[in-house]
Parts: sequence; structure tokens; C-alpha cells
Amino acid sequence: MSTLPVISAKNLDLVFQTGDGSVHALSDITLDIEKGEFVSLIGPSGCGKTTLLRVIADLEKPTSGEISVNGTTPEKARLDGAYGYVFQQAALFPWRTIAKNVALPLEIMGLPAEERTSRIKRNLDLVNLTGFEKKFPWQLSGGMQQRASIARALAVEPDMLLMDEPFGALDEIVRDHLNAELLKLWATTQKTIVFVTHSIPEAVYLSTKIVVMSPRPGRIHEIIDCDLGADRPLDIRETPEFLKIAHQVRDGLREGHSYDE
Amino acid sequence: MSAVRPNWQALAALVTGLISLAGLPFTATMGTGASLLVTAIVLVAAILSMLKLRPVAQAIILAVASHFAAWLLIGGLADAFGTAGFGYFAALAASWLLAWRLVTVLSEMKFIAPVAKRTIALIVPAIFGIWILILWEALTRGAGVPFVLLPPPSSIGARIVTSTNILAADFVQTVVKAVLVGYIIGTFSGFLVAVMADRFRFLAAGLLPVGNMVAALPMIGIAPIMVIWFGFDWQSKAAVVVVMTFFPMLVNTLAGLAATGHMERDLMRTYGAGHWQVLAKLRLPVAMPFIFNALKINSTLALIGAIVAEFFGTPVVGMGFRISTEVGRMNLDMVWAEIALAAVVGSLFYGLLALAERIVTFWHPSYR
Amino acid sequence: MIAMRDFLTGRLVPVLTILVAIVVIWYGAAIGLNGPVIRDFEKRAGETSEGMAFILKTWSQPKPTMPAPHQVAAAFWKYTAGVKLTSNRSLIYHSWVTLSATLLGFALGTALGVVIAISIVHVPALDKSLLPWIITSQTVPILAVAPMIIVLLAAIGVTGLLPKALISTYLSFFPVAVGMVKGLRSPDTLHMDLMRTYSASRAQVLWKLRIPASVPFFFASIKVAIAASLIGAIVGELPTGAVAGIGSKLLAGSYYSQTIDIFAALIAGSICAILLVTLVDITGRLVERRMGAKT
Ligand SMILES: Nc1ncnc2c1ncn2[C@@H]1O[C@H](COP(=O)(O)OP(=O)(O)O)[C@@H](O)[C@H]1O
Ligand SMILES: [Mg+2]
Repeated sequence: MSTLPVISAKNLDLVFQTGDGSVHALSDITLDIEKGEFVSLIGPSGCGKTTLLRVIADLEKPTSGEISVNGTTPEKARLDGAYGYVFQQAALFPWRTIAKNVALPLEIMGLPAEERTSRIKRNLDLVNLTGFEKKFPWQLSGGMQQRASIARALAVEPDMLLMDEPFGALDEIVRDHLNAELLKLWATTQKTIVFVTHSIPEAVYLSTKIVVMSPRPGRIHEIIDCDLGADRPLDIRETPEFLKIAHQVRDGLREGHSYDE
Repeated sequence: MSAVRPNWQALAALVTGLISLAGLPFTATMGTGASLLVTAIVLVAAILSMLKLRPVAQAIILAVASHFAAWLLIGGLADAFGTAGFGYFAALAASWLLAWRLVTVLSEMKFIAPVAKRTIALIVPAIFGIWILILWEALTRGAGVPFVLLPPPSSIGARIVTSTNILAADFVQTVVKAVLVGYIIGTFSGFLVAVMADRFRFLAAGLLPVGNMVAALPMIGIAPIMVIWFGFDWQSKAAVVVVMTFFPMLVNTLAGLAATGHMERDLMRTYGAGHWQVLAKLRLPVAMPFIFNALKINSTLALIGAIVAEFFGTPVVGMGFRISTEVGRMNLDMVWAEIALAAVVGSLFYGLLALAERIVTFWHPSYR
Repeated sequence: MIAMRDFLTGRLVPVLTILVAIVVIWYGAAIGLNGPVIRDFEKRAGETSEGMAFILKTWSQPKPTMPAPHQVAAAFWKYTAGVKLTSNRSLIYHSWVTLSATLLGFALGTALGVVIAISIVHVPALDKSLLPWIITSQTVPILAVAPMIIVLLAAIGVTGLLPKALISTYLSFFPVAVGMVKGLRSPDTLHMDLMRTYSASRAQVLWKLRIPASVPFFFASIKVAIAASLIGAIVGELPTGAVAGIGSKLLAGSYYSQTIDIFAALIAGSICAILLVTLVDITGRLVERRMGAKT
């Protein structure tokens, strides 16, 4: 297998011009992400995690530096349907049923009706939402809404999932549950996942690689490998290996960020 | 626990009921017996409504008593215009207070079934409307208000029945031709221009403030110009309606198209959706509440515009024409008949739009 | 700097472009609408004019179908700066007549709207019974009621400013009532519960929570109400056969087909509207800023 990375960023810089000065959101970002990896971006608010994800997804253009996705530009990749993007809010359309919401990207891609139906069924099944096809988003709990939005992202059959604090708005119990489900999903679909989070345990539990970022300017402080094996029950979080990596991440965060600013 | 639960409406009804006893008989044609019957009904109902009865029982007692008393009072007047004494008005006030109590009881009832809720939401305002008519009828006839000042609803109703031909012709001229044609052209073109302008940021950025300003101007003033341009018939009225409805639609649609959230727009972008796809699948649905807002505003504006324009010249038919000429002839019952027609048309128009809005924007938080 | 540039390119330039476009279209429309009349006239007189001469003719008719912008501007200037303020031909005088009715009606309508809203919020029976009829009241085209009000009031000896003002009241109470009901109900449960833990009375909740919370709603609705008030006053001048006011100028212009005069009166009405709405807007901003609103 050739080892061309799925995402490859070299010396990325991004400066936002705003009404009161400029913000250096990304500075000298160099990062390779291989196929099938689960990469977490972690760091304090404002360190550019969202911005990096948006640059990958061609929602934002870097000021300088190079980035390639699947060996081409992010824009080409976007038009090819390479991305499944999941936001902190489910962002489901309230006038569409759950099934119709999952159908939305498929309609835009112009898929035939039978293909749409089968993909809706398969992906709702994958996130355990079978039976809720005809419900409207506002009739579902927050956790179910977020699962529906993951199904919507998967239905595109993207090369990679880009997830921006997808479980940040949910309570811890639901969050644990969805973390376990996401791991299963990752195992069955073999997708590349880039995952933004605030939570150290979440990052360690899910990832194969943790990117610790620090703010002002937003940059990569440290990249920590995290190989806890394929089978990760929830109580792996009490094992020494887990705690050791968690410690490492916490130290990295502390070094990269002085709290008395 | 005492078995009595006083409330101010019933207490006031009791007092006014007792006062009415000092003014017997109520009218020239109403005997003392009939007058006493009214007072008795009012007093008994007032006392019963202060007992600890089930709300439904209270509501039934109050509904029967207040409306029966009012019916006796109005019926007792017969042709004895303006002969009512203060006893009559006291009894009327007492039955009105009972009706108020009835509305209060109904409003405080707690229902779980949506059907019951909806029924109450219809009945309560209906009672309010009925009592406006009852008071209007009883007061104008009881006090003998001159016909040219304010005719009672019964004679307006009689006038409506005898003048259906005229009313129908006026309706066709003003509503079916001027309002409908103008409304459709005005709102459609406002919508289309907004969608086109929205394609170009620059155009939308310029049109929104200008449109907002124009929407606040007294556009009705173009009516004389339109009459000069398009003549006396309905075309000039429709033109006024077009101009008046165009801007609210333009402004609201532009605002609605700009109301989409960042996240949703980014989502569509990650799907590689084109401009028209984003418009059809995201921005138009989001804009729907705004568009319906404009449709509702326009429904009243259109009627006003068409009627006002008839003041600047019209063939001898049309609601505005009829109102201005009949006011001149002091035929106020005909004027009120036209007003009633306009109100019914306006309410139906508005009601249909509200219903359509409910169906189209069922997902909006205000309807869930 | 950037904010200033954003304002220029993002707002001012597009708005000015649209305004210039309107004037250009207006001149074009004057050619299109007046042209046929002139051609007709010339045919009978046996002469023809071409090119610029013809276009200039369309822009300088004494009684054009569509007056050109500069004709309207000249007339407007003549009737404002060129005549005495007290003159019957002064648009400032007529505007003042209409404005005084507008302001009186607006004040009454706003007061009425606020009172209705407070009652509706506090009396459940009114909430259920009155609100639907308030909405229905606005589906009665106001002009249908205008002559009635004027005749009724004249019969009991009230004439002059008040009848017109009452039509303004009728139009302006509605947005205020509806907006204020929303505003007075806008405090969330959290704040209401907080007031309850203080065992605040209903009056205290009203003054210390509901009314402050409704201020933005208040200004948003009176902006609509004052524009409606002006329309009410102008419309109120039509059926009365009023001798003064913008409405009477419109009526007079239409009798004699004086399109230039009608347009000048329209401009006067529009300037009144813009002044009133701007005034309300600025007041609203000042008050909201003093109450700690952002920007
Ligand atoms: N569109 C934008 N315009 C201006 N500044 C922005 C924009 N988006 C993000 N920023 C700034 O860039 C920095 C990084 O933001 P972000 O990527 O959202 O951080 P994170 O997701 O890590 O919390 C922050 O200081 C933020 O204020
Ligand atoms: Mg973020």
C-alpha cells in the first residue's frame, strides 16, 4: 500500500482581518494524516482547532502554506464529496424528517431514489436510529439528533469524517455512550476521522493520534501517538496505559498554554 | 371550607341587578313582570356562580342566563326606540358582567385534549364578538341613538340581506379585480426581484435599506397618479395595490434569505451544493416565515390600497365608491354593510394565509 | 479604518447606486410615458423633433404624464422655499397640518396599545377574548371606517384635528399592542422565577422586569406605528374634503391632473415619513444604549 497521506498540510498560515486588528489563527501548521487514522485535535478555546478543520474542508482558505487532500486540492475533494462534516450542533433542518435530513446531501449529489433509500436505511441503522425515519428533529433528544447528523455525514460515503466537538453539547452519560458507538462505527467503516475536542479522556479514548495545539498564534505544540489497540471497552479509561497518555496530553496542554495571560 | 367563592364580576352583577329594581319597568313596551324576570335571572345566576360548582356547570349557567337576559332585554324593546330607563341599562350591565364572568371561567379551564383547547380558543373570542353586537344593538335602540349616527346591527344585517346584488358587484369590482390581481402581481414580482437581487451581494446590499425606507413611505399617495395613468376602472386600483405590496415582499424576502445560519450554509458547502440548490433546499424554507409575514401585511395593505384609490375616481361601482357616496346620502346602514363585507373579506383573506402559514412552516418553534 | 471601509463598500456605495439607478429609470420612464403624447401633438401640429430635442421636450412638459425628477424638485423647492410658511401653497404648512394629526394620533395609539398590552398580559380572559379581535380589527380596511368616524364625530360636534388623529390612532395602536404583548412576555422563566423568589408583586414584576425587557420591542413597534400613523392622517384627509394637509394636496392635484404637484406632495409626505422613522430610530438607539444594550 502506498503511504500517500489522506491529508497533508505544510507550513499553513491563516490570518483573519477583523474590524479591530488581525488574528493569527493558524501558524506554521504541518501535519500528515494517514488513511484510516483517528486524529484528535485538542487545545484551549481559540487555538485554531475549528479553523484547521475548516481549512481541510475548504470552508476557509489559508493565507499561505500548502494543503492537499487525497493528493489534490481541498476544493476538488469537497466537490467530489470527500467530506462528512459534523458540527457541535446537529444542524438538522427542522422542516425535514430524520430520513429526509439524511437524504439531503444525496439529493444534492443527484443520486437516484432507490440508492437514496438504501443509503438512508443503512446509515440510520449504523447509528441505531431505525424506526425514527418519520420523526422530525425537534421530536428527538439531543443525543439522537447528533446521531442523525452523523448518519447524514456518513450517507455521503465520504473518505473522511471531520467532527468539530460533536458531543460537546451533550451530557457525560450520553457522551460516553456515543463515544463507544463512534469507535464501533470507525472499526466497521474504516473511515479516516479528524475529531476536535476539549476533553482529554475523550481524545485518548478515541484516537490513534492526538494533536495538542496552543493559542496565540494557533500552532501545533506536540503530536502524541496513542495506540490502545482496536478493542477499547469503556473501562479502559482506568488502565495505567490510558492514564499515562492522558498525563502526557495534560502536560502538553500545560506547556503550550500559560493560564495567567 | 366555605361553599361560597365570591368574585367581583358576580358581586357587581348582583349590585347592578338590585339597582335595576329601582327602575321598573325597563321600557315602554316591557311589562313590570317581564322586567322582574330579567332581574331574577341575573340575580340567580350571579348567586349560583359564586357557589362551589364545577366549572362546566358554572359556564352553562352563566352562558344561558346572560344570553337569555340579553335576548329578553333586546326583545322587550320591540319598536319602543329610546324609551329605556336606567333600570334597563343596569340590567344590561348585569348580564354583560355575567358574560364577562363566563369568559373568565372559560379562560381558566384547563384542558389536555387539543380539540377542547381549540374549541375554547374559538368560543371565547366568539362570545366577546357576540357581546359587542349585543351591547351595540341594546344601547343604540335603548337609548334611541339617531339612525344616521349609528344604526343598530339588526338593521345593518337587514340591509345586507336586501342589498346582496350591490354588495356582490362591489365585491367583484374591488376585491376580485383590483385587490386580487394587484396582490398577485405585486407579491410575485417583489419575491422574484428579491431572489434575483439576492444572487448579487451588491444589489441586495443596496436594495434592502432602500426597500426598507420605501416600505415606510405613504405609498398610498400614488393613487391619484395611477388613476391618471390607468383610468378610472379597476386597472388603476390594481396598479396601486401592486406598488403597495411590492416593497414589503421585497424587503421581507431579502431579510428572510439572509436569515440562514452559518452552520447550515457551511454544511451545504461541504456537499458542494450550487447556488440554486442552496436556495431551494435551505434558504427558501428558512425565509418562509418572513415571506408569510409579508403576505399577511400585504393582505391588509391591498384592501386599503384598492379602496383608497377609488376615492380618486371610479366607475359607479366598488366598495370605496359606495362608502363615500352613501356617507354623503346619510345611508349609514349601507356604509356599515360595506364595512362588514370588507371586514369579512379581510378576515377570511388573513385567516387563509395564517392557515397556509401554519401548514408550510409547521416546523417553526412558534407552531410546534 | 476597516469598519469605515466596510461601511462605504458594504452599504453606502450599493445604496447610492440603487438611488442613482432609480433616478435614471425615472428619467427613462418620463421619456417613455410622455413621448407618445408629444408625438401625437406634433403630428397634429405638423412638426417633428428628433433626438435630444425630443427627449428634452419629454422632460419639460407643463402637465406631463410622468414629470421628470428635476421638474418635481423645482416644484418642491418652489412650494417650500419659494412661498411664505403660512401660505396656502406652502408644502411645509400642509406637512405641518398632517404631521400634527399624525403625532396626536400616534401618541393616542401608542398609549392605547400599551394599555391594551398590559391588560392582555395580566388578565387571562382578555388574552383569549380580545387578541383575536385586535387582529380582526386590522383586517377592516381603515378607509372603510374613516368616513364613519368623521361623520360620527362631526355629528357630535368634533371636527378638525381629532377625527384625522383618531384614524391614525386606529392604525397605530395595533403594532404597539401586538409588539408589547410579545415584549412584556419576553422575560424568560428564569427571571420570572427569580422575581417570585423575591415575592415581588405583579406591579413590581411589571416595572422592574417586564417593562425593561420590552423596551426593544417597544421601539421596533412604534417605528411601524409612526409610519402607519402618517398614512392614517393622509388617508383621513381624503374623505373629509379637508382644505389643508398632504392628503388635500393629493386630492387637489388629482382634480386638475397636476402630476407635478402630486409628486411634490408625495415627496413632502415621504420626507415626513423618513424624518419620523429616523427620529424614532435614534431615540430608540439612545434609550437602549443607556440601558446597556450592545453597540
Ligand atoms: N471568521 C473569523 N473571523 C475572525 N476571526 C476568527 C474567525 N474565525 C475564527 N477566528 C479567530 O481565530 C481564532 C481561532 O478560532 P477557532 O479556530 O474557532 O478556535 P477553536 O475552535 O480552537 O476554539 C480565535 O481567536 C477566533 O476568534
Ligand atoms: Mg471551535
